[in-house]
Amino acid sequence: MLLFIFLPIVSVVMQSMHIDHEQVFVEVENCDFFGCKKATMVDADATAELKKEQPLGRFVGLSNYINRAHLATSEVADAWRNKDSLGDFYDRVYNLPLYRAIIFTLVYTFTVTPLLIILGFLIAIAVNSLHQRLKGLVIFFSLLPMIVTPLVGSLILFWMIDSRGIIGHSLQMLFDDPDLSLKASTSLTWITLMVYGVWHSAPFAFVIFYAGLQTLPQDTLESAMIDGASRWERIRYVVIPHLTPLVTFVALIQLMDNFRVFEPIVGFNASAHATSLSSIIYTDLGGESQLLSSASTTSVLTILGVIILLSPVLYRTWRDWERKV
Amino acid sequence: MTSTVVENKSIKLRLFTSCFIALWLLVAAFPFFWTFWGSFKVELDFFSKENWMNAITGIRTLREHGTAFTIEGYEGAWVQEEFWKAVINTALVCLFVVCTSLTIGTLGAYALSRSGFRYAFWLLIIALVFRAMPPITLVAGYLLPFFEWGLWGKLSTTIVVLVAINQPFTLWMLHSFFQKIPKDLDESAMVDGCTHFQAFRYVILPVMWPGVITTGLFSFLLAYNDFAVTAMLLSKENQTMVPKIAGFLGTTQTEGNVMFAVAAVVSATAPLFVLVMFFQRQIVSGLTAGAVKG
Repeated sequence: MLLFIFLPIVSVVMQSMHIDHEQVFVEVENCDFFGCKKATMVDADATAELKKEQPLGRFVGLSNYINRAHLATSEVADAWRNKDSLGDFYDRVYNLPLYRAIIFTLVYTFTVTPLLIILGFLIAIAVNSLHQRLKGLVIFFSLLPMIVTPLVGSLILFWMIDSRGIIGHSLQMLFDDPDLSLKASTSLTWITLMVYGVWHSAPFAFVIFYAGLQTLPQDTLESAMIDGASRWERIRYVVIPHLTPLVTFVALIQLMDNFRVFEPIVGFNASAHATSLSSIIYTDLGGESQLLSSASTTSVLTILGVIILLSPVLYRTWRDWERKV
Repeated sequence: MTSTVVENKSIKLRLFTSCFIALWLLVAAFPFFWTFWGSFKVELDFFSKENWMNAITGIRTLREHGTAFTIEGYEGAWVQEEFWKAVINTALVCLFVVCTSLTIGTLGAYALSRSGFRYAFWLLIIALVFRAMPPITLVAGYLLPFFEWGLWGKLSTTIVVLVAINQPFTLWMLHSFFQKIPKDLDESAMVDGCTHFQAFRYVILPVMWPGVITTGLFSFLLAYNDFAVTAMLLSKENQTMVPKIAGFLGTTQTEGNVMFAVAAVVSATAPLFVLVMFFQRQIVSGLTAGAVKG
């Protein structure tokens, strides 16, 4: 485990500090009947040899982190100095790839998570009041969007929202706009991705809340009823407080899951309009030229992001543990 | 008087909840049935510009093939594009990942849960961090050494990587299951003359089966659903299903063979469908195991 978990991290950090070798140039004198010309040529052998000697590439320290493709410190500072307004500053920053990915990832994470908690809670309450026999069936169908492979699930939805697919076509009819396409505009793509996110993860929240509802103390509910609490008041003052620890749990898990949003972007073919941190790593790695160092730099930054996101949780777990022991 | 008011309200409420559930079921399940139904049609029906009813009735399919159903998409995917190879690869990867991680997991988690030291805390932390870390960040680190050592593109490499990524989670889950089994059980087995291993094999494991199955299910799902690792670490001829489908998208959209991809997607979903049908209870219990305990 040590080998496969910590070594890659070390390797990623190492790679992020190197860039590809420059090509080795040699000056060659070509002499023919008309005299000698000097030409610069790429010495392929020497380049290959250099690559063999140091497969990592040249050591460049932290400069990978601050170049335009990543933190782009000089560009951001530049944009800040020359900004006309905050909106203008935002536009400029948004044009930098890493910041675009960060913005999308954060917006996605913090929109989808609350929405799916609410939806999951509503479904759980509704299912709980169902007849016993129906419950199993409903749970079966509810699990499907969550269990299905994320890429496959997003493809299924992608085909349905295609302008020739059922949902896309219906939307066109609804808004009476034959050119309406969910894939063409950035904001619509974002909304589609988030709808997919909620669809995919709501079952998880539902299952957890449903299990929590089974352990709901009946006595408290009954005494609330005797005290004259209405249905709504019972939910507000008895059920929700009972489920609060579960809400924290679901929120935590889903924050982590949504932070690494990746497959839907590939499935929806949306990389032109929305990129997440994971998807830019994927594009870097998958391209023709395999930009390993660039990908590693983004990876390191993502891992840092995860740690920042997790640090309050880790701290709390540690405290709880200390108390228990 | 009051009782009728309550009654009225509950009928209205019941109506509302039923509608809500029906709506949710539609949202959750309809896409799957739609795609399943559509996979037996030709492309012009599934993506119909004129009328979406075409996808249900299959007018063009009827015109082209004489029946409203065609298995052309499946034929194209399975035979022409050799999707069956990907299926075999997926089966191999899943089988080995589940077996390996369960073997390491049960032995390791048993040892951890009986040692009593603070391993458990660090295990939890590692499992948490790994849950949160996108696997693709690690892939960048694997690639270069694997290229160097010539390990890239092989199924076995991918299996090892998947097991490694999966292990903290598996260990944590099994650990919490083992913790529920009282220590007295293995002590009494040892009093009866079992060795330590025999106690584990004949006493603890039978009690543990539900936990092992649940954990196995989750590692199966992880291996089956993984895209980042398999897409990056496998060479073209060794691809598993999910990257293969992603590969279809690039090539088939241009050739007008979208139906191949649709058929492949349906084929990849079918096993999961069956899985949920049989193991619904284990999946639910596994999901809630961590949550309800706090």
